[in-house]
Amino acid sequence: MTAPSTGYEEGLATGELRFQHCGDCQNAVFYPRVLCPHCGSEPLEWRTSSGLGTVYATTVLHKRGTDPYNVALVDLDEGFRMMSRVEGVAPEDVEIGSRVGLAVIEEEGAPLAVFRPLGDQE
Amino acid sequence: MSSTDLRGKVAVVGVAESDLGQVAPGLTHFDLMGQATARALKDAGLKKSDIDGFFCASSYLPFPTLDVAEYLGIRPVYADSTNVGGSSFVAHLLHAAMAIEAGLCTTALIAYGSTQRSDGGRLVSPTTLLPWEEAYRPRYPVSMYALAASRHMHEYGTTREQLAEVAVAARHWAQLNPKAFTYGRGPLTVEDVLSSQMISYPLTSKDCCLVTDGGGAVILTSAERARDLPTAPAYFLGGGEATWHRSMSQMPDLTTTAAVDSGRRAFAMAGLKPSDVDVVELYDAFTINTLLFLEDLGFCEKGEGGAFVSDGRIAPGGELPVNTNGGGLSYCHPGMYGIFLIIEAVRQLRGEGGARQQANTNVALVNGNGGVLSSQATALLGTAEALG
Repeated sequence: MTAPSTGYEEGLATGELRFQHCGDCQNAVFYPRVLCPHCGSEPLEWRTSSGLGTVYATTVLHKRGTDPYNVALVDLDEGFRMMSRVEGVAPEDVEIGSRVGLAVIEEEGAPLAVFRPLGDQE
Repeated sequence: MSSTDLRGKVAVVGVAESDLGQVAPGLTHFDLMGQATARALKDAGLKKSDIDGFFCASSYLPFPTLDVAEYLGIRPVYADSTNVGGSSFVAHLLHAAMAIEAGLCTTALIAYGSTQRSDGGRLVSPTTLLPWEEAYRPRYPVSMYALAASRHMHEYGTTREQLAEVAVAARHWAQLNPKAFTYGRGPLTVEDVLSSQMISYPLTSKDCCLVTDGGGAVILTSAERARDLPTAPAYFLGGGEATWHRSMSQMPDLTTTAAVDSGRRAFAMAGLKPSDVDVVELYDAFTINTLLFLEDLGFCEKGEGGAFVSDGRIAPGGELPVNTNGGGLSYCHPGMYGIFLIIEAVRQLRGEGGARQQANTNVALVNGNGGVLSSQATALLGTAEALG
């Protein structure tokens, strides 16, 4: 059996945000698991997210020796939520309810899914 | 047996804190548990050999009931190291009630100790974040509570000033508690809270609990035995637990905690409602907690927590006494605060609250919180009058 995390990591490596889908209850699942946390079914199938989502909650971290940075929870349009960061806007200007889109960047030698404001692009 | 059959079957008969705040160099978390246990036994008028049930949770120890039983020199016939973070000790109340009522033990000790402040203020915790969260470098646990606060502000118009009111009230209470870490420091203002160092917006350092050392011990026995002991029993009237998530990204709704469930179960067992409660002890690791728990436990409507805590309503002399010891914000917070909720509730029920004692206190509610709003454990304790 392939580890659930592998499916996510392989997606990110190709610039995709993958999530799991339950064929029985039709729910989206994130983070990767071997069974559906909603109905218990397995196996789950991999899908690729559109990368479009809405900011659900946001905070700005203030730490010594580093510029303030954002941590947010983003609700993806496919129906799952993930922790991430909204970039391309001052961290304190990240607004709950605003639309954001995926950007896969490289950080500490690994691909990372972050989000940027969509503005009028949608 | 239905769960309501546990109502009034056991009572808390001994409570004590260890040294608190910044303890003497070299003292360990074991020493603080030992000190609190010795004091609680004295308070209860019991001997160590009376203890045959042991309940313990620790951030230091994977097998706390083994290590600490050895240190104390007890041989429990029933042991439970349920660890649901800071809510563990409130959960232990319910577990101890079940064990005593089932005849598995007769007298139960709940113990906790931590030297988090002496350890350098680090949160000594085996907690590991999900890799899918850790990559974004949130500060655990404060950023998680900040996210909840942001959502509450967005949905209900809650303000930073309203959050600050929680810290202001806690500081007022602490000025009435000589054991409080901030005793004698004088009041805090809303402006003090807002202008303190920002940690994780919208929470400043004054929206966050203290980092102290401290230990506590709570002793329970059957209601029948309790009536033969020197102190007035604090009867266990009801308890409930609920866990909905572990990671913040998995919390279904950041403005509603599992205290909705744990509170409902505790009230149902006790046959009580929020308006029957005389004093409320809530796990206030962060100011947002108090708002969420007041709403989720039914003391006000969802979204009205901010208005509810304003204008001194939960401060000394207010309508509802909340966190009468000064809370985790201004009294003591060694990492897992839950046991101190119980200690203060029992003191209020006995009339031992000194300058902060509330008149006519017959029913106390305690609500423990663990993880990142993850685990909620609620209990109702009461005097003989409340037991009826």
